[in-house]
Amino acid sequence: MSTSVLFDVPGPRARTRNALLTVASVILVGAALYGIYSGFDAKGQWRAEIWQPFLEWETWEFYIFPGLLGTLRAAAVASVLALVFGAVFGLARLSDHRWIRVPAGVVVEVFRAIPLLLLIFFIFYLAPAVAGPGDYTFMAVVVGLMLYNGSVLAEVVRAGVLSVAKGQSEAAYAIGMRKNQVMRLVLLPQAVTAMMPAIVSQLVVLLKDTALGYIIAYVDLLNTGFKILPARFFGSLIPAAIVIGVIYVALNMALSFLATWLERRSRRSRKTSAAPIEPPGQPAIGAGAGTGPQGGGVAAGRGME
Amino acid sequence: MEDLIRYAPDLALGFLENIKLSIVGAITSLILGTILVAMRVSPTPVLRVAGTFYVNVIRNTPLTLVLAFSALGLSDQLGLVFSAEPRINSFWIVAMGLSAYTAAFVCEALRSGINTVPLGQAEAARAIGLTFMQSLRMIILPQAFRAVVAPLGSVMIAMIKNTTVAVAGGFAAESAANMKESFDQVGASIPIFLGIVVAFMAVTLPVGWFTGRLARRLAVAR
Repeated sequence: MSTSVLFDVPGPRARTRNALLTVASVILVGAALYGIYSGFDAKGQWRAEIWQPFLEWETWEFYIFPGLLGTLRAAAVASVLALVFGAVFGLARLSDHRWIRVPAGVVVEVFRAIPLLLLIFFIFYLAPAVAGPGDYTFMAVVVGLMLYNGSVLAEVVRAGVLSVAKGQSEAAYAIGMRKNQVMRLVLLPQAVTAMMPAIVSQLVVLLKDTALGYIIAYVDLLNTGFKILPARFFGSLIPAAIVIGVIYVALNMALSFLATWLERRSRRSRKTSAAPIEPPGQPAIGAGAGTGPQGGGVAAGRGME
Repeated sequence: MEDLIRYAPDLALGFLENIKLSIVGAITSLILGTILVAMRVSPTPVLRVAGTFYVNVIRNTPLTLVLAFSALGLSDQLGLVFSAEPRINSFWIVAMGLSAYTAAFVCEALRSGINTVPLGQAEAARAIGLTFMQSLRMIILPQAFRAVVAPLGSVMIAMIKNTTVAVAGGFAAESAANMKESFDQVGASIPIFLGIVVAFMAVTLPVGWFTGRLARRLAVAR
């Protein structure tokens, strides 16, 4: 339902009223913006000298880019590992053997339910005890992200394979394929198309979650931009927050657009019999109002961290 | 195991703070999210744009940045202070950041709920002469809320788990910070970790179960 259905095409009186409402809301939004502006102004946050560092190449070269690189490195490694983890456990949950299916299900449900920060802390403190002293910040962030997002992706994989029409696997078995062949040649290629948007949305979540590394002092964008940089350029805390906020939003929105584009493409696609599955972060409603493969909302909140 | 017993009182007190944060966050984010969704479907383009902008910016910003900015930026630099007592102040700063963050997700959940309300409902509401606010209040939102009970439950569960990030907002009295403190003293302890995880699951699983049940009970039969 498009939003315009909520109200009629405005007549003369409604147009006047809407114009008045528009003026009122412009004033309201304007007042809010002005409030923020003058609040900043009162504390001298628009002074040129605290914004100056961001116009200099050195700031970007020594603080922002290394941090961005740290964020992207952690996100890239964790994405690959989480995809592998998700594929393995998602398929394991679909196994015909109970002794594979049940343990995989337990692993997925447990890691989805653990707050990610606790997991990262635990790995961070456990690693030196197991593997001797060293710098484990990168490892803790990556492994934590892998376990949590991998578990969410496992659900995506499972939902994706289940969303392929039943006739497909029946036909494949009928022409004499083995289980392995049915999965590899028939179900997975179709499921991947359906899963793609959901996977990309989960990767946005993963990219955002790398910022948790800030808390254990992993050198990421948030750390260099929000801790080290303001310490070097005194007073630049708020400009720094705005600049790195813009970078995060731009990165994530670019990925989100990719997800939307992929979704539109796979909706058009005739190569798969599977409808695109809902991204785990977004509510799984639509035609089936909460009865989809992910419905019910049991055991884990998804997508927000 | 003795580590867990030794630190149990601290951890329990910390966990209580997580629960308090969750309750405050749940109430304020639901209210804020509802206001945001009303803005996003309103006939006034300015409000639509403002709502969309807010949701897209907040949704794509890491919670860690939102909380760190609330504490270091809004509170320390710009002088937004809820209480002279630092511990209480940081509690409310974190509660505010968490609600502002969660509200964006509540708004998105509700908006997809509005999309499940059949066209005919809105058309019928208009046909009997209800205004925008009336049809939203009496026809659309009640059905939208009922359709998104389960997704809202997921949002709330994620928020409960997100209360552990409070330490980024300078609030160090909750269980993640307490766990870190105990690890600093005795090293990584599996019983302590599992204890907190079980405590969180003891809250999130019933919330999921309850909202799932409620969703089935309230589902609009069509």
